[in-house]
Amino acid sequence: MLQKLIEAIGLAEYSLPPDVEDLIRRAYETETSDIGKAQLRAILENARIAREEKLPMCQDTGLLSYYVEIGDESPIKPSRLERILIEATIQATKRVPLRPNAIDIWRERNTGNNVGQGIPVIYWKPTEGDRLKIAVFPKGGGSSYVAKLYSIPPARGLRGLVEVVLKAVYDAGPKPCPPTFIGIGIGGTEDAAMKLAKKALLNRMNENSPLEEIARLEREIVEKANQLGIGPMGLGGKWTVFSARIEWACRHPATFLVGISFSCWALRRSFVEVVDGEIKVYQ
Amino acid sequence: MAEYCLKTPLSEEDVRKLKAGDVVYISGRIFTARDSAHRKMLELAKKGEGLPFDPRGLLVYHVGPVVRKEDDKWRIIAAGPTTSARMEALEADFIKTFGIRGVIGKGGMFEKTTKACQEFGAFYGAFVGGAAILAAKAIEEVEDVFWLDELGVPEAVWLLKVNKFGPLTVAIDSHGNNLYLDILRKAKGALEQLLL
Repeated sequence: MLQKLIEAIGLAEYSLPPDVEDLIRRAYETETSDIGKAQLRAILENARIAREEKLPMCQDTGLLSYYVEIGDESPIKPSRLERILIEATIQATKRVPLRPNAIDIWRERNTGNNVGQGIPVIYWKPTEGDRLKIAVFPKGGGSSYVAKLYSIPPARGLRGLVEVVLKAVYDAGPKPCPPTFIGIGIGGTEDAAMKLAKKALLNRMNENSPLEEIARLEREIVEKANQLGIGPMGLGGKWTVFSARIEWACRHPATFLVGISFSCWALRRSFVEVVDGEIKVYQ
Repeated sequence: MAEYCLKTPLSEEDVRKLKAGDVVYISGRIFTARDSAHRKMLELAKKGEGLPFDPRGLLVYHVGPVVRKEDDKWRIIAAGPTTSARMEALEADFIKTFGIRGVIGKGGMFEKTTKACQEFGAFYGAFVGGAAILAAKAIEEVEDVFWLDELGVPEAVWLLKVNKFGPLTVAIDSHGNNLYLDILRKAKGALEQLLL
């Protein structure tokens, strides 16, 4: 499991998921600004070399998050798996290699191995049977820098939601390396909204929600955000947002919380899953 | 839109001919600095202490690289730009104090830096955010590294020899133009229309 996890971290860092690369290519083909097109060309070229030469596609290899679905009968118990996830992070830092990104806040010192207080972030979801699936999700600081949590008047509802997302895209401007992927979490409590926002980025980004009303909202957000003209790298152009995905939870009558998590073009993710007793690593 | 290949150290004349929207490739020596390194270097200058290298005419690159030591020599594995906005508070002072001729980064900078570029003859070259490997391929050699123990790998100052580093889009020129601010102004208008 340890070796497979290190392999999965490497795969996420070297290789763009197919849905992500598909959207970047589509944007490249349709971008109307010359400067914008040149940025997208460089991104695709960079991604190609990263995959071929097994190099991290971006120098900000991110902070690691793991989303674990673990069955009651899983042969690996959660506490042991947690130790393995931490060890995989430490070893991957040397072997992938990852940039050491965990800063001890009080000493202003880098821990040097991407592990420290609260890091990596690990989420657990218990399931039945012997299922074990881990999503590996390294996320860069540039796009986390512009994350937002809004509390909008419930009476504004979904109109308010579209407005705050557009505001967030404008406020983010060139900072998160646009075009971006947007994860939106609606409802729940304040922590749940942010968690759902980030989790939304684990969906296939070149698809929309199977629920038509959510899919419509996802498309509306992309179409309107792209009217802002911020463009690739904030240098102007047609593409400011590649796509948006929404996750939701029921809300309290008095709140309508909206979490917004951005990802740059380097949306890195991979999965480790035990299938018929065999550990598979895939994107 | 013109395209230039320039070699550091740059002269004021080199920089004054650049216009917003031009494309530049850089060869020669550049150095890296992020938040902590900016503060560190400015503190040293304030105390009247010298630097271990001469930054005059060079470009500062906003980056925290991924590095590997091979046979006792540092190699840069990945080195795309970091968000320059974080350095806005310090950059004008940095340009003035150290006589650098330009800044390489991503996401752009604001009024204070634009003014400093105009006053002292410097420019801001946007490198494609995250294009870490394209950048690393243009880095021929790590000449030196400073304050590595104190600041850590991403924050240390890496003195680099580069060959045709780019493409850099001139996003802030030395004539007061700032592409980002123009685009954000237009985006603000579009946002107001959408929110009506």
